[in-house]
Amino acid sequence: MKDPVVAKRPARPGDTGAERGVAAAPHASEAPIPPTPEAPETTKAPHVRPGDRIFRGLATGSGVFIVVLIGAIGLFLILQAIPSLGLDNVNFLTSREWNTTDPSNLRFGILDLTLVTVVVALLALLIAMPIALGIALFLTQYAPRNLARPFAYVVDLLAAVPSIVFGLWGLFVLGPVLFPFSEWLIENLGWIPLFAKGNVNVQLGGTIFTAGIVVAVMILPIITAVSREVFERTPTMHVEGAIALGATKWEVVRTTVLPFGKAGYVSASMLGLGRALGETIAVAIILSTATSSFGWSLFDGGSTFASKIALAAPEFNDPRSAGAYIAAGLVLFVLTFVVNAIARSIVAGHKEYE
Amino acid sequence: MSTNLADPTRLATPPTFQSVSVSRRIKNGIATGLVWGAFLIAIIPLVWVLYTVIQRGFPVILDGDWWQKSMSGLLARQQGGGAYHAIYGTLVQGLVCAVISVPIGIMVAIYLVEYGGRSRLAKSTTFMVDILTGVPSIVAALFVYTVWITTFGLGRSALAVSIALVLLMVPVIVRTTEEMLKIVPDELREASYALGIPKWKTIVKIVIPTALSGILTGIMLALARVMGETAPVLVLAAYAPFINYNLFDGPMASLPLMMVNERNNPTQAGFERIWGAAITLVVLITLFNLLATVISRALAPKTK
Repeated sequence: MKDPVVAKRPARPGDTGAERGVAAAPHASEAPIPPTPEAPETTKAPHVRPGDRIFRGLATGSGVFIVVLIGAIGLFLILQAIPSLGLDNVNFLTSREWNTTDPSNLRFGILDLTLVTVVVALLALLIAMPIALGIALFLTQYAPRNLARPFAYVVDLLAAVPSIVFGLWGLFVLGPVLFPFSEWLIENLGWIPLFAKGNVNVQLGGTIFTAGIVVAVMILPIITAVSREVFERTPTMHVEGAIALGATKWEVVRTTVLPFGKAGYVSASMLGLGRALGETIAVAIILSTATSSFGWSLFDGGSTFASKIALAAPEFNDPRSAGAYIAAGLVLFVLTFVVNAIARSIVAGHKEYE
Repeated sequence: MSTNLADPTRLATPPTFQSVSVSRRIKNGIATGLVWGAFLIAIIPLVWVLYTVIQRGFPVILDGDWWQKSMSGLLARQQGGGAYHAIYGTLVQGLVCAVISVPIGIMVAIYLVEYGGRSRLAKSTTFMVDILTGVPSIVAALFVYTVWITTFGLGRSALAVSIALVLLMVPVIVRTTEEMLKIVPDELREASYALGIPKWKTIVKIVIPTALSGILTGIMLALARVMGETAPVLVLAAYAPFINYNLFDGPMASLPLMMVNERNNPTQAGFERIWGAAITLVVLITLFNLLATVISRALAPKTK
């Protein structure tokens, strides 16, 4: 029964290395071939036609352009932020102050901006994540087949509403409606710092609480869309196996769809977080500017990176003051870059989502 | 034969199946309720926002002046006037942006699908397109500000806005075009190569026309998304209450900018202008979305 090759190899110890190398070589050279199944490559033309060369150059150039573009965004923001950072009279990372009215005495730090940005985004994510999961499950597993598509279209419509309209709605319509609820929270749960009375007038509704809810609505479509795509790819065998074992609908979802789609859902939520961090005009319209700094309450006002820049943008006159905002924009860029890169790498690690 | 196998009475004698226990049934019921609830919760803000916009804005846009006049010469508290100047700005900025973005976006997609393969450049391009999708609009606007205004010393203008919008539109076009090119069957390409047609001509004459309906739909959707962007117009253009046809110079209004501007106007006229502009913007975006659907229906390839 013993394979003669197996018996032979240890008998000639000096040769094994070379033999293995030879044996491994065809396998190694075989592997890279399948990824390039482009038909024209097999008909090696003696000369490349000029039209082909130009077109290929244009296409490749566009690809390079995108890569260069991202680099250029980072580079230009850094270059323009550095002079102002040098003129900053307080610590950029740890100061809560933001005063750029006098270009000769710049005092700007991003601590408050970072905290407000992160709290708004996390609140939005906290609200949106379970709802988006529910919608994605609904659209892929629960909705009647012929209605799933129109329902999905309705959810996508949320993404079509411009963010400024959401902002106006949040400030003028949702804010007043939330006021009694906010007041109740402050009165009854005010001893928790998160629900303490904030630094702005709650009655106007311009709080982190309102902003978080509106941003949650705005990131729902992206989280739903990406999760849905992943849930749809749950192998039918898994689902049918679970059904055959007598699982109820919920047990099917819990044992097949959720484990399979978990990474995709996390990635989708990260994409949503990226959107929430960068959401500009809705937050800028809703949040009341506060005179005192952020005190860890949901009923505080303040500014996020994006809203601070947007509201100050029309008055960018002195390059030194503008540089302060560009520095803030750079931090926001890095923040969203990291969040998005993590989201993509999660999906990239799962071949079954392809 | 297959009917025999599928016949439940033959295979499953009653003791094989036991009824689902109450606790499992309750859990299943709760889950179903929650999932339906999640969907209904998502519908509430959509309906609410649309209701608000329609209820407050609809009376304003019924006036013929709204579509034919600008705000030129009107005081903040004076009612009347129109959004003609802002509609012009929004459309022109969007279209100029599309004119720049469409060739770039389509070429990038062609590179990724037809040329890139699995090369390192193709991988980094895909990654960067993903990153570009996530770049906040305010960062795109700041980038154009640093290049256009501080580095080149050019003034704020509608063209600068269009360029910032390009950054937001290109990744959307790349994504949709890429998807569409991928589903063009390889047989079509191979048949063309077999006739001795060069690769670039195959792409231009065979691949793109086959995928055209999907590509156009993607462009329309991208345009609809870009037109509602507020951050770039806020940073890169100044508001003008009058019509300005010049793309290269001077302040130009757009619907989002008009809303931001009138937000500081506490009078009834300001209220009307904000919501009038809001519903106009929503109507424009809806029109582009509908156009996308119509195009994809009309141009869809008839083959299976």
